[in-house]
Amino acid sequence: MAPAKPHQSAAVAIPVPDKISVSLNVNGVDVQLDLAPWTTLLDALRDRLNLTGTKKGCDHGQCGACTVLVDGRRIVSCLTLAVMKDGSKVTTIEGLAKDGMLHPLQQAFIDHDAFQCGYCTPGQICSAAGLLAEGRAKTADEIRELMSGNICRCGAYPNIVAAIQQVMGHS
Amino acid sequence: MINFQYARAADVADAVRQIAADPKAKFIAGGTNLIDLMKEEVERPSRLIDISRLPLDNVEETSGGGVRIGALVPNSDLAHHPLIAQRYPILASAILAGASAQLRNMASTGGNLLQRTRCYYFYDIATPCNKREPGTGCSAVNGVNRMHAILGTSESCIATHPSDMCVALAALEAKVLVAGPGGQRTIAFADFHRLPGDTPHRDTNLEANEIVTAIELPARGFAKNYTYLKIRDRLSYAFALVSVAAALELDGQAIKEARLALGGVAHKPWRDVNAEASLRGQAANRDSFARAAEALLHGAKGYAHNTFKIDLARRAIVRALAQASQGTPQSQSSKKIR
Repeated sequence: MAPAKPHQSAAVAIPVPDKISVSLNVNGVDVQLDLAPWTTLLDALRDRLNLTGTKKGCDHGQCGACTVLVDGRRIVSCLTLAVMKDGSKVTTIEGLAKDGMLHPLQQAFIDHDAFQCGYCTPGQICSAAGLLAEGRAKTADEIRELMSGNICRCGAYPNIVAAIQQVMGHS
Repeated sequence: MINFQYARAADVADAVRQIAADPKAKFIAGGTNLIDLMKEEVERPSRLIDISRLPLDNVEETSGGGVRIGALVPNSDLAHHPLIAQRYPILASAILAGASAQLRNMASTGGNLLQRTRCYYFYDIATPCNKREPGTGCSAVNGVNRMHAILGTSESCIATHPSDMCVALAALEAKVLVAGPGGQRTIAFADFHRLPGDTPHRDTNLEANEIVTAIELPARGFAKNYTYLKIRDRLSYAFALVSVAAALELDGQAIKEARLALGGVAHKPWRDVNAEASLRGQAANRDSFARAAEALLHGAKGYAHNTFKIDLARRAIVRALAQASQGTPQSQSSKKIR
């Protein structure tokens, strides 16, 4: 009998590289992690730092649930390798409240009932924080367009736009 | 995700050395497409060479009156750069029509050119695909092909190039600057992406050991009469069914110069110099626009689910030329098409 053909994944097996030391500042706290290169920032935040506010939705960059701020810019953490962000400052939903006070966006989402199940909300709020920092959205149309990377399957969109408008009006 | 080695490139020469040393290595910059493809095991690089820290992030004027864009400039920064927003608004508009704010913050200029098709079968490793595994066949030709190409297709592949930015770069006649072991070379945008033919696994004419370092825009920016009109299944954050980059230079109502490129319909941004020539010297009106649309769609062929794209493209071209000639470009936030 002919020897069994090796399974393809065994034939192309790649030696597991050493873990790489990664320094991040997460929500104002310096952390050092030893990570495999394929660890996404999302998995590092949730599984290594226990910051489970950032949600894994599609894990393919299509839903926005994993949105965080890296060096002040909103990105999707599921398509970000943590090793590539060595030295960066990361802000997650857990880092927005200050001195026991909710971030104005968090308060506005409550005021406007801008969620139902809440799963997309951390990503929505981090994305909205990025949007406010960019300062390019002025109208409701512009808010909708620039928030289109955050999907809400409960359909709370009108209230999300209203919440963001409330904060824009006060800033 | 698959296991892989990780290394950072110290400079462009080091990046070229590293990629030449490992045929299964890949460069990574924004990662928005590559990491997704790695999660699906469509791409299985042995090593990622991180080029994201290389100093290729400037937008600067060239001595010839054009603009040079570093390959690592994020898409969002490029769209909002004053030189681009003011002098090449068709490029800014096309960029802002694509992806989401988060992805535009991450994705690089060079990576936008090198993104792979979003053909469902290319993404699904359980199905045959000549682009993913040469010689296995095309599942889309007789499959679900509503999103697929109508121009420049082959029996081997009917995938489309997914970029919006590249459609504007084609219309602007940009140049792609690349570096390789033999030094630098410049590739005209029209020659950068390929048609599938019988080698659909090759998206571009970039060699495996080359790196994109910059994009150069010529001086002519068509800032007055342009539009980027994108038609898609939902109003935002979706790939184009058909998109049109239209740019005109007018002398009164007469067309002095015209550029026309389509997205969502072919394996590369689709241009035809005959369509543009048919507009030169003509009055800017529906008749000349309709003739240009006929010329640009010459040879278009539909498949089971995408024949609608031919009429859709024809109407979108006429509408886009009307928007450009009137100086009323499509807004990418208010979605009303006027």
